[in-house]
Amino acid sequence: MANLVMFCILAVVILGSAVMCVITKRIIRAATFLLFVLFGVAGIYFLLDYTYLGAAQISVYAGGITVMYIFAIQLVSKRSLQGLIERVKGSRVISGLLLSLVGLATVGVVLIKNNFINAAAQVTDTEVPMDQIGTALLGSGKYQYVLPFEFISVFLLACIIGGIMIARKEDKK
Amino acid sequence: MNIPVEYFIALSTLLFFIGVFGFVTRRNLVAMLISIELILNSVDINFAVFNRILFPAQFEGFFFTLFSIGVSAAETAVALAIIINVYRNYHSDQVNSIENMKF
Repeated sequence: MANLVMFCILAVVILGSAVMCVITKRIIRAATFLLFVLFGVAGIYFLLDYTYLGAAQISVYAGGITVMYIFAIQLVSKRSLQGLIERVKGSRVISGLLLSLVGLATVGVVLIKNNFINAAAQVTDTEVPMDQIGTALLGSGKYQYVLPFEFISVFLLACIIGGIMIARKEDKK
Repeated sequence: MNIPVEYFIALSTLLFFIGVFGFVTRRNLVAMLISIELILNSVDINFAVFNRILFPAQFEGFFFTLFSIGVSAAETAVALAIIINVYRNYHSDQVNSIENMKF
């Protein structure tokens, strides 16, 4: 019961912040509401007893990505982005709303007609042990993930170099 | 763990289509990127929930979510670098300003 109450609170926070993030006109407010959505999703992970995943979500998303957004918004211009009031055409809002509702109806009908999820197992409220996660993350056997782990380190390095190359000022030739 | 799995899936579906709505509606590059983050988060919730409730003994969804978080961090960094560069060249941050792809 407590889990259900927590889930309802988190769902209200996530959905409300997501709607505000999408419809607000000021870009810095959108970034702030995105932060609340990310905290809510981290709360969902904690609720699922994936504590490590929630910690990763908070440290990478809320600590890293949101700060990057804020820096980009502050760096781009004093005038343009910070106090930006974006004009949105009404026809575009209607078409976007229509597209979202049609997609939502499609997915909802598929979920309602399909009852494979009724066979859900009852999971006990136990946290996933950390040594199991570490062994699976750095092992090289079956169902172990050292290759994606190494790959993502190389990928992050490539993105660092690419980001610096793209964002730096070009030399005056 | 007595929350039905449908609730989680309904939550992630709603979050996904809120993100789609934002992506279609907004014309600011940073706002579109924020909408993409919403979509990615809803997909991550789905991975974690399916892994936890349907196959609690395995870790595929867990690690997929973990790596997805890392990949989206890298994607955001590169996309923000591109947006800063676009702003520097065009003095605008709307997608309509980038009509020609030549430099």
